[in-house]
Amino acid sequence: MKECVGMLLAGGEGKRLGALTHHIAKPAVPFGGQYRIIDFTLSNCANSNIETLGVLTQYSPLELNKHIGNGKPWDMDRRNGGVTVLSPYTAKNGGDWYSGTADAIYQNIHFINQYNPRYVLVISGDHIYNMDYQKLLEQHKQTKADATISVIEVPWAEASRFGILNTSDSLRIYEFEEKPAIPQNNLASMGIYIFTWETLKAYLLIDAKKKSSSHDFGKDIIPAMLADELRLFAYQFEGYWKDVGTIQSYWEANMDLLDENWGLALNTNWRVFTKDSNYPPQHISQSAVVNDSLVNSGCFVYGTVNRSVLFHNVLVERDCLINQSILHPNVKVGRNSVLERVIVMENTEIPEGTNIRINEKDDPVVLNQEILDGMLAMTGGGK
Amino acid sequence: MNTMMGLINLEHEHHIFNELTYFRNSASLPFAGRYRLIDFTLTNMVNSNVREVAIFARSKYRSLLDHLGTGENWDLDRRNGGLFILPPDWNDPSDVSKGDLQFFHNNRDYFHRGKSNYVLISGSQFIANTDYKEAFQMHIDRQADITLVSTRVEEQKDEHTPYFRIEADDLGWVENITNDRKNPNIFTGVYIINKDLLLELVDYCIAYHHPHFFAHGIKEKLGDLKVQTYRYGGYSAFINTIESYYHHNMKLLSEDNYRELFLKQNFVRTKVSNNPPVKYHGNAEVNNSLLANGCRVQGEVDGSILFRGVTVKGGAKIKNSIIMQRCEIDENVYLENVILDKDVHVTKGQTIIGTKDKPYVVAKRQTI
Repeated sequence: MKECVGMLLAGGEGKRLGALTHHIAKPAVPFGGQYRIIDFTLSNCANSNIETLGVLTQYSPLELNKHIGNGKPWDMDRRNGGVTVLSPYTAKNGGDWYSGTADAIYQNIHFINQYNPRYVLVISGDHIYNMDYQKLLEQHKQTKADATISVIEVPWAEASRFGILNTSDSLRIYEFEEKPAIPQNNLASMGIYIFTWETLKAYLLIDAKKKSSSHDFGKDIIPAMLADELRLFAYQFEGYWKDVGTIQSYWEANMDLLDENWGLALNTNWRVFTKDSNYPPQHISQSAVVNDSLVNSGCFVYGTVNRSVLFHNVLVERDCLINQSILHPNVKVGRNSVLERVIVMENTEIPEGTNIRINEKDDPVVLNQEILDGMLAMTGGGK
Repeated sequence: MNTMMGLINLEHEHHIFNELTYFRNSASLPFAGRYRLIDFTLTNMVNSNVREVAIFARSKYRSLLDHLGTGENWDLDRRNGGLFILPPDWNDPSDVSKGDLQFFHNNRDYFHRGKSNYVLISGSQFIANTDYKEAFQMHIDRQADITLVSTRVEEQKDEHTPYFRIEADDLGWVENITNDRKNPNIFTGVYIINKDLLLELVDYCIAYHHPHFFAHGIKEKLGDLKVQTYRYGGYSAFINTIESYYHHNMKLLSEDNYRELFLKQNFVRTKVSNNPPVKYHGNAEVNNSLLANGCRVQGEVDGSILFRGVTVKGGAKIKNSIIMQRCEIDENVYLENVILDKDVHVTKGQTIIGTKDKPYVVAKRQTI
């Protein structure tokens, strides 16, 4: 028996990330110089002693499956429990894709039952934050709640962009409003839930039979629980949390890593774990200038790098200026090139003399070899 | 299929690294920002399709054990074979063996149980990134008893002094093994030997109370054996003194050397650490340097090697130095030609200067 089993939703496509998710699931998108987005939640589990975890995959899961492997980097290669990748399956009575977040859990009730847990933690693999889920679980136990939802205070002006939880003074939730036009509260749901398993299971079974349901936690399960006046509480999280759902927010979250005073420091005791690329140390040459940046191993830098994030094995040639940009693994930037507010995807080779600057008002641009070649053909080449 | 089993023999290695080897043997000496010396030998063995490696380690092996773990970083965590670390704990009352023969004698089981008919033997101080598949093929094709890997050095240095020299005929058959310091063909300490012969020579050495397997079992019996040499021509280094340690680290700042050692072959495998990427702050000034992950740089770093997790605060300047894991360099420190072992804390405003020939070495975990 395990006290708490984690269920990590990682099947999302992340359409708004454009080319970044053409071939890989959103949780597998590279982030922060050496990580993938999902590493933050996986590491939260590792650091919170959640050692039994189901990862629900659906959209383009190859990279994600390879990345997770047997869970070794997160100490989840356990004899009993550990990490299990749960993809949609067929069975005697047919089979289906996961049609919503609640459906994904419903279809894996038998996985959770194996461990006979008291509680289930439901999280998603596309947010950047460091959080101790044990504190959430503690509060859940203390308040004898049926469900506890982690919330973060957002500026009032932005509250109407989020799912808002209206609470009493004791943080008991009496109402959930998805993107309210006139918000009554500024506590936004982070999509992190702890449920008492017996209760959740009952609601999943009922919800699965409803033809009209979209089988979603926010839209169906939570409202149904509220309608029955179950004990739902908000857990107030303080710290950095970001949904990297769009190219702009993906870029911002990477730039946030460069901020000195930011809560989510990579170098604290709260380590974010990932698979090591095993490249040799980075080589910073005589002519290089590197400031306000994150640079991973295996990089060769000859040019100027400012406020940027370089993944492993990136080459920045002489007389280049890389500014406010994110270069994914194995990117090569030819001499005399300027990149500003650009996200360059894996293995892209940028020819000598390329000049791409995106101004402050526009969203940063994502480049892969195909997009780049198209751009260069239109402008008559990089030189 | 013919295969080799591996043996890393640390018994007769010189460790004259002063402070750096007070608490560790030289096999686990940190090197090139994120490695330990033994990583190169282990990687080369694994790349030569060796699936089981034994290590003869007599002393100061705590950090070595910690580094090697189950061997998983070298894919040596195996159901069959894998990594065998063999420290001395022997209770054979009839044992009369001496020197490294003690290890051979007391670990005969390792050789008997291994399915390979050949043994690839190496120390840890010959640094290269290669494999010995070609040498092994040559060993089989020419039906040699022993194949010695040698390399030719351009310039004789102090670090080469302790190594045997090889005199061979035009076909590569070894005629003499000497201590002739003018001979540029140096025996790297890496050799392939038929397993049955190895065990036979072990018996011979023990019977005559010899303490050094290679010197007595092979060098002295050269006339009776078919010994050839395989010449390795790639990038290499011998590291057995502070000076050679410093010099060969610094050589890697040259891009050509770096590429030769790290990028020509497979990656050199080492223990993974999960440090974040290097964080460069606004005022950081880093040039001509190698940095491993986990470093945070606010100051100036020039011509230096920073191991994992080093912090350099604002106004500090590090020149031509080697700074090992997790050292902290406070504001306005000046370091030149210095080697700091792990976890050294240099407090505000301190200056430490060594010379290029005699770098100043600070032992582990000191606060200055």
